[in-house]
Amino acid sequence: MEIPEGLRYSKEHEWVLVEGKTATIGITEYAQEELGDIVFVELPEVGEKIVKDDPFGAVESVKAVSDVYAPVSGTVLEVNDSLPESPETINDDAYGDGWMIRVEMQDMDDLKDLMTAEEYAEYIEQQKEEDDEEEDDEEAEDDEEE
Amino acid sequence: MKRTPLYAAHRRAGARMVQFAGWEMPVQYAGVIAEHLAVRSHAGLFDVSHMGEIEVRGAGAEAFCQQVSANDVSRLKVCQAQYNLLLNEDGGVVDDVILYRTEPNRFLICVNAANTHKDFCWLREHVSASVEVENVSARYAQLALQGPAAEKILQPLTAHNLAAIKSFYFAPAQAAGKRCIIARTGYTGESGFELYCDWDDAEKLWDDVLDAGSAAGLVPAGLGARDTLRLEKGYPLYGHELDDSTTPFEAGLDWVVKLTKGSFNGCEVLLRQKQEGVKRKLVGLELIDAGIARGDYPLSKDGRSIGKITSGTRSPTLGRSIALGYVAAEEARDENILEVEIRSKKIRAKVVPLPFYRQ
Repeated sequence: MEIPEGLRYSKEHEWVLVEGKTATIGITEYAQEELGDIVFVELPEVGEKIVKDDPFGAVESVKAVSDVYAPVSGTVLEVNDSLPESPETINDDAYGDGWMIRVEMQDMDDLKDLMTAEEYAEYIEQQKEEDDEEEDDEEAEDDEEE
Repeated sequence: MKRTPLYAAHRRAGARMVQFAGWEMPVQYAGVIAEHLAVRSHAGLFDVSHMGEIEVRGAGAEAFCQQVSANDVSRLKVCQAQYNLLLNEDGGVVDDVILYRTEPNRFLICVNAANTHKDFCWLREHVSASVEVENVSARYAQLALQGPAAEKILQPLTAHNLAAIKSFYFAPAQAAGKRCIIARTGYTGESGFELYCDWDDAEKLWDDVLDAGSAAGLVPAGLGARDTLRLEKGYPLYGHELDDSTTPFEAGLDWVVKLTKGSFNGCEVLLRQKQEGVKRKLVGLELIDAGIARGDYPLSKDGRSIGKITSGTRSPTLGRSIALGYVAAEEARDENILEVEIRSKKIRAKVVPLPFYRQ
């Protein structure tokens, strides 16, 4: 599972590339894999303000819609115009061509709440363990019922 | 949660599992779109063992099936099947099913997984003398092999001449050395077969069919692709386009209802609906503006609420956003432009004829 070093990560599986006061935002490899084939992307307009922890858009897979949450607050400078035509770019290249928006950050302190690549890797492992535990609990339940 | 005999096989194949109707089922393996496209161009293999099977037998079996359903059961020959609707006394749909006449006085009804218990109880409640109703779901596993290459893939595994099985007919046979019912039926709009085998034989059948088909492009396919395939054909899904309060005429299933077959549940309501027309109709929609419509999203016309979406997706084969929904009957005209509300935005959609996709 690719987790590039130079990025920061949110609990909702967004990544952030910080360059000066500009943040480029997308969803992670883990997120796109969980979603499956992405068929539609909803993005904000240039000039819109996004608020940390609030949804700023959505990605839709064949079966469901998922909100994408703002990892930082700021004003939208740029939006990836190729995504409406080719939403599957997010599946193919989540950290590169699959970038979603570029914002001017409002408060650099927002970055403190984000994880490093190492922390995010641990976080994903935890999520997977929790999923397995849930399954084991269900299996145990099933066994009990039998 | 219940598991089919193929659970281990699905996990080995890397399937993403989901809960569906109390069963743990594969929603996808390689990806919904890839599996969908494979079914249309080559073939896909679906585990549909979660579906229910109910046997109706006895001297009164045909009369009973006639009474509780819309289609004309008397036309079925042994080894013939039909799509049918179980109806309540108000003409509403209890379930959509496939009815197989296995013997002159014996019928196997394949029912939706979510309705197995409901249907069984309901049939038992309405049963008369000289009819026995048995829930045989635990006996049968079911695989669906669908796509243009299906027959070519299955033939080497069975001595039965598959070309001789016509559409909506079936044959008791052996496949991969296991006894099964091979039926030329399906829910994808492609040619293909549904195979009913003993619960414990499913894994061998699954593995052998996948092996036999790999050179021909056969892939395992999950519930995600099953849904996009049936939606492209405009086929209803119970719980979305059909429920207890929906009549066949509202759902555009006029062809299933044989009003002249004699008395049956809800026939007076349905006769009246045929004469007076229905108040709401199921239509196909294509979105004009960008977006994907989902079940329960509201539909409006000129600011008036006129109905709601029942199913929607982005069609992998057509590359367009399609949906099914109920609208007031007077709005059910082709080319009529409506609005669907998608997360507070009004998105334009056009009524189009069904099916969305034709081979």
